[in-house]
Amino acid sequence: MSGASSYRNPPVVAGLLDRVRRLAVGRAPLRFMEFCGGHTHAIAEYGLRSLLPDNVRLSSGPGCPVCVTASGEVDAAIALAARPGVTVATFGDMMRVPGTAGSLSDARASGADVRVVYSPRDALEIARACPAAEVVFLGVGFETTAPVVAAAVLEAEASGVSNFSVLSLHKLTPPAMRAVLDAGEVRLDGIIGPGHVSAVLGSEAWGFLPRDYRLGCAVAGFEPTDVVSAVVALVEMVAGEEPAVVNAYGRAVTAAGNRVALQMLEQVFAPADREWRGLGFVPNSGLQLRPEYADWDAGLRFDIRPYSAPEPPGCRCGEVLRGVIEPRQCPLFGRACSPASPVGPCMVSSEGACAAHYSEAEEQ
Amino acid sequence: MCLAVPTMLTEKREDHGTVELAGVSREVSLLLVPEAQVGDYLLVHAGYGIAVLDQGEAQRTLSLLNEIASASLDT
Ligand code: SF4
Repeated sequence: MSGASSYRNPPVVAGLLDRVRRLAVGRAPLRFMEFCGGHTHAIAEYGLRSLLPDNVRLSSGPGCPVCVTASGEVDAAIALAARPGVTVATFGDMMRVPGTAGSLSDARASGADVRVVYSPRDALEIARACPAAEVVFLGVGFETTAPVVAAAVLEAEASGVSNFSVLSLHKLTPPAMRAVLDAGEVRLDGIIGPGHVSAVLGSEAWGFLPRDYRLGCAVAGFEPTDVVSAVVALVEMVAGEEPAVVNAYGRAVTAAGNRVALQMLEQVFAPADREWRGLGFVPNSGLQLRPEYADWDAGLRFDIRPYSAPEPPGCRCGEVLRGVIEPRQCPLFGRACSPASPVGPCMVSSEGACAAHYSEAEEQ
Repeated sequence: MCLAVPTMLTEKREDHGTVELAGVSREVSLLLVPEAQVGDYLLVHAGYGIAVLDQGEAQRTLSLLNEIASASLDT
């Protein structure tokens, strides 16, 4: 019943797409933003973009944690890895993200100790196993990931592991959504809300979309029927009803979210201003360790602060992340920039809009 | 990156457990989902359960989607 196959059932997907077509017929073009990179990936993987009617378009948003990691943040991680005795542990997605002078992968090739881990607990294990090493975990990710990292910090505290710390580059999704809308560069008719962020935050966190922006929001899972049923809900809202937050991922998301996870996140982290690739500095859009957990704050321990740094020359990731241009409008797309040799982070991560559009183009 | 896959909890030992996905068992922390019980489906992200799937809701969603889909195709 929880098997993914039930949510991929082709006749159901076809029926939902038919419903979208009927609701959208004769309407002015509609444009919805999928906030989350996981949705961007799913839409490409299942070829959903080409199955939607011509007047229903989906644009990617800034919800790819790897893509929005600023160049200066990558540089800070590389600077840390260059310190003698420091081991940097990171999720694999971060390895190839370009900073101003190469990526973590390049740093490792030239001798820095950079390790790919699946969980911050693996980084904690490395710290336990090598008491002489300073192990720094790169805290990248949204509200889905921050509680997990908070839990690891609390475990480090409880078990007295002092050679473990976190460079927090965590970012918060609602402020980024607001930043995209406040910039006023794109006209949108609704938002597909992030599923796993909302599993932690709760669907209520998106209440500001109908309230402040008159936009409907449908929180969605990552299977084809999840995404298409969210589009059905958004077109229905445009077609008449009041904009609201619809939870189209009821099996995983509640209105209030995961209170235990949120409580842990708040115990360890406090909001901070943060730079996003593509959005610039957004007030209170990031998380830093609270003073009580300063001992596990790699930024303080090694006196390293991400500074503003330029984006790769010619890369238009910023505009892609704000939904202002489609990836193929970037002159480098598919020419100088491809997944095999990415220029910008949107081509690095499989959740990046450029990589997703590239794989769609390959299939066609 | 917010990837989280539904997996069944097959064993629970205080704040840890074992989940099984496609025949492979994996250790998972239950610190963020203390309410999880053996037999529950969990969303697992970076080694931690982050949500317990609501089977009743799952069933309701599936039948609702079936209804919408067949109603649209039948008319
Ligand atoms: S195609 Fe490459 S260079 Fe262009 S915006 Fe995307 S990542 Fe940047």
